[in-house]
Amino acid sequence: MASPARTLQPPFSFLLRLRKSYIVRRTLNAFFKVFLVTTLIFFLIRLMPASPVDVYINLLISQYGMPYEEARNMAAALFSLDLDAPLHLQYIDFLLNLLKGDLGISLVSRGTPVIQMIGRFLPWTLFSVGVAILLSFSVGMLLGMFMAYRRGSLLDTLLTTFASVMSSIPNYLVAILLLVFVGVQWQWVSIHAMRGSLSPGVVPGFNWTFISDALYHAALPIFTYFITTVGQWMLSMKSSTMSTLEEDYVTVARARGLPDRRIALMYVGRNASLPLFTQLALQIGFAAGAGLLIETFFVYQGVGKLLIDSINQRDYTVMQGCFLIITVMVIFANLFADLLYGRLDPRIRIVGGGS
Amino acid sequence: MMSFFRTLRRHPSGLLGFLGIIFFLLMVLVGPYVIPLDTKVKVDRIYSPPSLQHPLGTDHQGRDILSQIVHGGADLLYVAFLASLLSTMIAVVLGALSALIGGRVDSLLTGIVDVILTIPQFPLLAVLAGFVQLDSSTGIAILLALLSWPHLMRPIRSQVLSLKERDYVEAAIGLDLGTRHIIFAEILPNMASYIIIHFILAMTGSMYAQIGLVFLGLVPFSSSNWATMIQLAWVRGSIFFADSVYYILAPIAAISLFQLSLVSFSRALDEIVNPRLRAGDA
Repeated sequence: MASPARTLQPPFSFLLRLRKSYIVRRTLNAFFKVFLVTTLIFFLIRLMPASPVDVYINLLISQYGMPYEEARNMAAALFSLDLDAPLHLQYIDFLLNLLKGDLGISLVSRGTPVIQMIGRFLPWTLFSVGVAILLSFSVGMLLGMFMAYRRGSLLDTLLTTFASVMSSIPNYLVAILLLVFVGVQWQWVSIHAMRGSLSPGVVPGFNWTFISDALYHAALPIFTYFITTVGQWMLSMKSSTMSTLEEDYVTVARARGLPDRRIALMYVGRNASLPLFTQLALQIGFAAGAGLLIETFFVYQGVGKLLIDSINQRDYTVMQGCFLIITVMVIFANLFADLLYGRLDPRIRIVGGGS
Repeated sequence: MMSFFRTLRRHPSGLLGFLGIIFFLLMVLVGPYVIPLDTKVKVDRIYSPPSLQHPLGTDHQGRDILSQIVHGGADLLYVAFLASLLSTMIAVVLGALSALIGGRVDSLLTGIVDVILTIPQFPLLAVLAGFVQLDSSTGIAILLALLSWPHLMRPIRSQVLSLKERDYVEAAIGLDLGTRHIIFAEILPNMASYIIIHFILAMTGSMYAQIGLVFLGLVPFSSSNWATMIQLAWVRGSIFFADSVYYILAPIAAISLFQLSLVSFSRALDEIVNPRLRAGDA
């Protein structure tokens, strides 16, 4: 494998090394996936039997009595598509527009570019989901390790039961339960005031008023994500820690008389958390899906709610943009988890992983 | 069969899960014949709390909630069962083929799986439901199956890959018994429990997805079921009405308990099949 590389000229060997580099390969893979997904979306929109473009043209004709030509031109303008060009040119055009950040114009709120709407909604999703995943991942890992060290104790049994129950209840049901009990039955918080992502009049900026208000509005969504995902992290970390504790290098570390805290942190914790990073990628994708319902229930102005609203209003350009953004977000979050994993486990970077 | 129960007895949560599944199956299949659906509007009993006459209380028209719960599970369970059956079948066939044939086919299939797994499933479902009218339960089940098989295919492929190395499979390959024989007679029987575990987990996945679609108003189920009960409470705003708590809690409890039964039963099965995990038993 390595012998032909050695005979190549320096620039080529550099390229070859680049190709073999873990980081470069993962990044290229991510961009390839983004490309595939955009292609999928394009063909979904143009080639489906009842394609959104046709549906919209028919709507304009029947609702506003527009002549076909005019309706067609209008649809073309809103979708940022040249409907007269051959399909492959339309496709290339679509990709070029995407690169420029042109996702078309909303069909319902006329005149608003889709990219602008997404720019308004996306930060809130990134904020709430990001905080929640970080929280549940770190708390779940700590509790899981704790459970493995104290296994068989009463606290372990209680926590394990809690974790298994919480990880099987669908997250949107937890959202409804929170609304019903915390908001309506016990009236601990005013769910009406907590709606939206910011109170009216609060201006984004780096100050306490803004941060506390953002957290106040995101509290229920974050808590829902947290409580429904933390159980899984606890259970995975527990089983992973237990198998790591049986490894020879832990026994050796003990025999060398290293302090317990150092063993727990550097030997057990670091190795036991590795398998969790591969799950992180799946969890991020799952959270993106859960966001649709959780944001809708709590009326949180995130990109998930925007997607649902656009589906219900048949606002196809916004729908296409939201779906694209959510997917791209998941792909890059996966890439991030991959790179983090490579950082933590040098074996992956050097050997390149089994798959 | 007896030994199965004896083993299960050592996993209390798994036994509970198993009994829960049996309970829900009985309730959905036999229950409707025992408890008729209450359709009579009783204006004097709107949102009444649980009593002997109405063990779970009444809804916004004074109708018995228990009867709605008993009648409202069949749809969901049918879709969940069919979806995971189809998705398991696709996953087993493609996973086994991918592992056994290897080479180009393997890299093509794993590539496809890799891409499908990257696309967040629930948003994709929501978008697709916006394009196609989903008004039959079977249609929803097929759509769910088509989107969820990649989750199963990966573990099944790696399981087949490891079974492939076993002596009896190598012997069968050496005897040139044919791919179909090797898959169905040599490999599948040895991973039956593994497939069952994943089948159960796929059921929880399709329950989650179809109920989510109902909540979004994207699946117009004609009949009333647990999901539409919650959806109606949400749309009508009765969720914000303090007296309606039993009407909302009943279907939430039914869905959660069913999911919990499935998950704890599959976990116990997993521990029984892989004794290495047993140390993790609570």
